[in-house]
Amino acid sequence: MGELRNATFDVLTKGRELAQKNNARLTAIIIGHNIGPLGEELAYYADEVLVYDDYKVKEFHSEYYRQVLLQIILDRKPEVILIPHTSYGLELAPSLAVELNAPIVTDVLEISFENGIFTAIREYFGGKLKAKIVLRESPHYIVTIRTGVSKSEKNESKGQITKIQNLYLVDMSYKRVIKLIKPPPETVNITSADIIVAVGRGIGDVKNLPLIEELSSVIGGVIACSRPVVDMKWLPKERLVGLSGKIVKPKLYLAIGISGQFYHVYGMMNSELIVAMNKDPNAPIFNVADYGIVGDLFEILPQLINKIKEFKGRLK
Amino acid sequence: MNIIVCVKSVPITTEAELVIDRTGKAVILEDTPFDINEWDEYALEEAVRLKEKFGGEITVVTVSPRDVKEVILKCLAKGADRAIKIVDRSIAEYDAYTIARILHTAIKNMRYDLILCGAQASDDGYALVGVMLASLLRIPYVTMVKGLELANGYVITVRELEEGFEEIVEVKLPALLTIQTGINEPRYASIMAMRRARQKEIISLDLKSMNLTESDLGNWIEIQEFLIPERKKKCIMLCGDANEVTTKVVEILKQRGFLK
Repeated sequence: MGELRNATFDVLTKGRELAQKNNARLTAIIIGHNIGPLGEELAYYADEVLVYDDYKVKEFHSEYYRQVLLQIILDRKPEVILIPHTSYGLELAPSLAVELNAPIVTDVLEISFENGIFTAIREYFGGKLKAKIVLRESPHYIVTIRTGVSKSEKNESKGQITKIQNLYLVDMSYKRVIKLIKPPPETVNITSADIIVAVGRGIGDVKNLPLIEELSSVIGGVIACSRPVVDMKWLPKERLVGLSGKIVKPKLYLAIGISGQFYHVYGMMNSELIVAMNKDPNAPIFNVADYGIVGDLFEILPQLINKIKEFKGRLK
Repeated sequence: MNIIVCVKSVPITTEAELVIDRTGKAVILEDTPFDINEWDEYALEEAVRLKEKFGGEITVVTVSPRDVKEVILKCLAKGADRAIKIVDRSIAEYDAYTIARILHTAIKNMRYDLILCGAQASDDGYALVGVMLASLLRIPYVTMVKGLELANGYVITVRELEEGFEEIVEVKLPALLTIQTGINEPRYASIMAMRRARQKEIISLDLKSMNLTESDLGNWIEIQEFLIPERKKKCIMLCGDANEVTTKVVEILKQRGFLK
């Protein structure tokens, strides 16, 4: 048994909105082994919950999941299939689309199904633009929904729970899920910091880190970063804020040289105060920041450090 | 060990102001530099490392509506042995299934042990083509791979999940893996290597020479219009020279009680 992840609720919220507008039924499917009360919990968010409990799907195995879903979809013929835009979702959804010959869009923010036309809104170019997409007319549409963007509310009444009998699944032993690896114990806890000084690719070089460390130390913050900084091994992964890293909600988040792709924004958008510095005035980070500064970091940072030091000196 | 690496030539837009054209359906990219998609660069580096260890050949395949010569040369300079470029102005570049179908046609009769793709592309961020291609080829796949090892006809991968979690997944070869950034440190292509790359084999194809017509392709989705994202909350831009903006920042930090 496990627990329902937040990504599940993002999908349920979008599904409910779409179902209400179209006078349609919302069905949730949960696949796993020893699922326990999770089906009951889901019933508050959908008209019906299909529970598929089988030891063959005790861990996420894309091939078995796909077989289960295909059989259920061919039986129940849903027009719209929503899947969370997660690592698991992306291992499954594209192959489901190919098997069903159904158009798919991923990482979607908004969906609409009006007059038989299915449209979706999603980002392009790292969040610099959005686009409205029209999907070709089809018996099924597959959409992966961006996670961490919608709130979910329980329905007052519970939907019906239907147990799906075990299905015949073709052996897929050419692929084996060996084990889950938990994140290693951390040497620094960025999630409990009040002030975070976060750096991105825009700092240019690992040799500029001491300047950031100095800023962080004068302001009493903890250093964190976006993905490229970890990829380039400038900082260890425990400092990573974003989808595959940490979710932080500090009182102050200083984003330095971070463009603001959703991958990162996911982990910091609920910070109390966000101050962003970037040399690109069109960087998407300014879409979530409270204060923005456009300019050369290496001109701004030394002066900022000096002014903070000066002010703190006067306080003493 | 024969490896195919699928690469995409993408516009580098991190510092560009993107302009939507008059139809609303396209972005003007004429003056934007193009480069190899970052994820694909990691995939190519992983292929080169496997080749150095086990021998074999690396073939790079790319599909694009526009010229991709520079990106192809860079891949050859970094260690690919040959390249197949499928360039045709009529290719719907934002339709992942079309791209997967074209790649499938190009690859299905080739001999390979491993196909590596980037986990996603920086321009559209779909994360679709790799798994679609594997499904069309009917070969096993693993996505978001950030570590791999070959053993007895299998590849053991570490794949990335969310919030620091990972999992170990094993698949039988031939297989397709989609590669996550950070799996290795991609090498630079030296000027000498770029020069040598010009001697390597480049096979140029278009849809006609592949006997593909529009009805063979996906055309699953169409971009109706590009939109400029609205700002969720009002971001106050602090203007002025470095002296002025830093004074303003210190003032804000003071007011909010961060400088005690």
